[in-house]
Amino acid sequence: MGLGKHKAAYIKYGQAVPLKYAIDAAHCLYLTRGKCRACEKFCPTGAINFQDTDKTFTLDVGAVIVAAGFDGFDPTRLDTYGYGRIRDVVTGLEYERLLASNGPHLGHLVRPSDEEEPRKIAWIQCVGSRNIHQCSNAYCSSVCCMYALKQAMVTAEHCSGNGLEQAVFYMDMRTHGKDFERYLMNAQERGLRFVRARPHTIEPGPDNKGAVIQYVDDDGRPATESFDLVVLSIGLEAPKDAQTLAAALGIELTPHRFARTSGFDPVTATRPGIYATGAFHGPKAIPHAVTEASTAAAEAARSLWSARGRLARTKTYPQEHDVACETPKIGVFVCSCGINIANTVDVKAVADYARTLPHVAHVENNLFTCSADTQNLIAQKIKELGLNRIVVAACTPRTHETLFQDTLREAGLNPFLVEMANIRNQNAWVHQQDPEKATEKAKDQVRMAVAKAMFNEPLRRLKVNVIQRALVVGGGVAGMNAALYLADQGFEVVLLERESRLGGNAWNLLENDQGEPVRPMLEGLIRHVETHPRITVLKSARLKTVDGSVGSFRSLVEVNGTEREILYGAAVLALGGREARPDEYLYGRDERVMTHLQWDALLEREPERIRRARSVVFIQCVGSREPKRPYCSRVCCTHTVKSAIRMKTLNPDLDIYVLYRDMRTYGMREELYQKARALGVLFVRYTLETKPQVTAENGRLQVNVLDPILGRTLRIPADFLVLAAAVEPNAAPEVVELFKCGVNADGFLTEAHPKLRPVDLSVDGLFVAGLCHYPKPVDETIAQARAAASRVAVVLSKEEMELDAIKSYVTEKCDGCALCVDVCPYRAIRLEESRDGSTVRKRIRTEPSLCKGCGLCEATCPKGGVLVHGFTLTQLEAQIDALLA
Amino acid sequence: MNDFEPVIVGFLCNWCAYAGGDLAGVSRLQYPPNMRPIRVMCSGMVHPELITKALLKGADGVLVMG
Repeated sequence: MGLGKHKAAYIKYGQAVPLKYAIDAAHCLYLTRGKCRACEKFCPTGAINFQDTDKTFTLDVGAVIVAAGFDGFDPTRLDTYGYGRIRDVVTGLEYERLLASNGPHLGHLVRPSDEEEPRKIAWIQCVGSRNIHQCSNAYCSSVCCMYALKQAMVTAEHCSGNGLEQAVFYMDMRTHGKDFERYLMNAQERGLRFVRARPHTIEPGPDNKGAVIQYVDDDGRPATESFDLVVLSIGLEAPKDAQTLAAALGIELTPHRFARTSGFDPVTATRPGIYATGAFHGPKAIPHAVTEASTAAAEAARSLWSARGRLARTKTYPQEHDVACETPKIGVFVCSCGINIANTVDVKAVADYARTLPHVAHVENNLFTCSADTQNLIAQKIKELGLNRIVVAACTPRTHETLFQDTLREAGLNPFLVEMANIRNQNAWVHQQDPEKATEKAKDQVRMAVAKAMFNEPLRRLKVNVIQRALVVGGGVAGMNAALYLADQGFEVVLLERESRLGGNAWNLLENDQGEPVRPMLEGLIRHVETHPRITVLKSARLKTVDGSVGSFRSLVEVNGTEREILYGAAVLALGGREARPDEYLYGRDERVMTHLQWDALLEREPERIRRARSVVFIQCVGSREPKRPYCSRVCCTHTVKSAIRMKTLNPDLDIYVLYRDMRTYGMREELYQKARALGVLFVRYTLETKPQVTAENGRLQVNVLDPILGRTLRIPADFLVLAAAVEPNAAPEVVELFKCGVNADGFLTEAHPKLRPVDLSVDGLFVAGLCHYPKPVDETIAQARAAASRVAVVLSKEEMELDAIKSYVTEKCDGCALCVDVCPYRAIRLEESRDGSTVRKRIRTEPSLCKGCGLCEATCPKGGVLVHGFTLTQLEAQIDALLA
Repeated sequence: MNDFEPVIVGFLCNWCAYAGGDLAGVSRLQYPPNMRPIRVMCSGMVHPELITKALLKGADGVLVMG
């Protein structure tokens, strides 16, 4: 980005795949001036090839997925912000690098002009987004509000406690993603200042250090304020070569040069067989982009399913090295995690300490232990030094243990010989104020992990057959799409619907956000699903039981009073959501006050009544972004502007008022907001403290609201009042309980990882789609449902799968007392009798496919007769002994 | 007693308390550094003898979370 320098032989960035050096042809002395060749001389493996050129490859493929991404907006085009002229005005992307531990200042935050730490920082939102005056990007870039908040919060962590001032200049804070609203509230509590203004001029500070922002405040007064550093939250644009690429692919682009797709086929480009995913067809945040990656995979897999697996190769691992008779030789790798750990914990001291521990043969401190090069290094050290146990002091085993297990396998060690010490999530991040004690704790954690690792033994995984059938719970648009996309890939599907008809909430929707009518799509989808030879639809169905685990689930389902057994390998939960019932603004007491869905129904049923109306008021965030439901319902702002546009089209003389807190018409939906404003819809902002007052006196409905621009109360007579009621998850606690999957504080199902695994649930083999995950419009629901189908297909496309190795086992000490049999919650233990001559011997037997490794048996047994692999009494005691020695 | 720093052994269930501990980290919730976590696959896995052993060896407290 021009912030720092790199050599002519360089690695583009730390996460590059493959992580290999390249030559920068524009700066290489040999390639530009014909002499040097120093790298060729020094490269020990002879990897330098100056003759290498771009090559054209010809590939025969059945489908193409285009994930060409986006370009950041270049703010040099807007002279008002002084970017390029004022040294301390940087883009959000540059600021990201300034904060990064592997950035030009190694994570120490300094401003470009004098490399001093900035004490007062401003973020300016919507630079190159929502702007039709200085550029043509009418749309909202969707992600910048959140990235600015994140940067401000990370900055607060970096520079805590010495009078840091941060301000965000914004138009609407758009934190419409799952759990994003809480993040915003958190930032407000942390003292971030939010200024609703679009600065019109930025001038350099004295000596071109810092910058002076000029803006007009809420009361219409001009204001001037100096900052040490200004961050421009640049928006997302289609890549520069989007047109060339589109021409080569033969696909159409939108006027904003994003790939054109439909709201009902969100990743399908205009040419059959080509799928556009991620920001290439519109700006979007990571969870949505990752979800869409699976959607595109589902589309491609569906069209190519008959050829599935034909070109697959299995990964092979070297022969496992037997460590049974060896004394432990432990390698310890202490991770800095950039600065995540190293900022609080003295990682060098921890590494030095680890060297003094018994059986530790090798210790290293790495910047990122999880990076590809460190993985290679670990494998290399295992082979070179004959290490037979590995301790990784880094983040949490819940996310990273499998990665390190794979490293061990590749180096010829049993994967269960690795042990992790969680010095990030459960240490550095939670003891930021006390580096000394955090370092002591990290040493203890490493000592405990080393002590446990000594007793780690090679373990084997059991294989089970995968039942190649899926269960889909919920027959709305989400459930039906998931079912259809699985059935179209050749899998049998059982689709359960609680009601007597399929379709769910979509029956109440008129148009999607792209303006396509919902009803024909829905009817076609239902017909497709109900007539599909591989889909069994069970309506009025109740799920009664869930047993088993990934690959092999078993459920009883009650349909019209009779029970049926269903065997399946994986499931999609698409339990749906609903419009919440408002408890304010006279709702339920005056029939002219209604919700969105009631209003839409009236619009369809009695358009004449609306044609006769003179004034309609919408109130946004009814029941959302309130203490009771601290989340944004995501769909209501767009729903309101769509409704308003429809009404204005029906009756241009109608007065429409939208009372809102922040308009969140994210992405391309911003164009609907602009259209509504152009049609004369009036938007009046209110806050939680100045909520509108609704009265009905003498038969007249009136809405009073304080207009912040006029500074006066508007008294609006209303023929109708439409409430943008919150979206809440369908209360299906019994299903959630049966599957033992978690929900967040708002009752939405919790995904395994909000960014990296957005459609997986925390229980293996379970996936999520639709409103039960978070409020979302139809196009996003369809994308997520097809993504869930893709994830299910990953499970079902294998005939057998490996189970976890953390299972109970019986030792010689078992005397058959059977105390453990009754405590086992999974009925995985039974008592067996064997006859040895005249004596009858009793012992228990464990069933690994049923055992979940919970170890209730281990805690119950008075004599160590049953233990759990990886968590034996010896291993747990070793940790206590190591800690308290 | 002002400078008393207790040593607490924490047995954390992998599926809830340990996950919660991780989430506390992600959320940067700050708490005193006195507890030493031991990950278990269920709080029901913690044998009573492990608790008495920890106390006998000098732990000031044992937390079993699950």
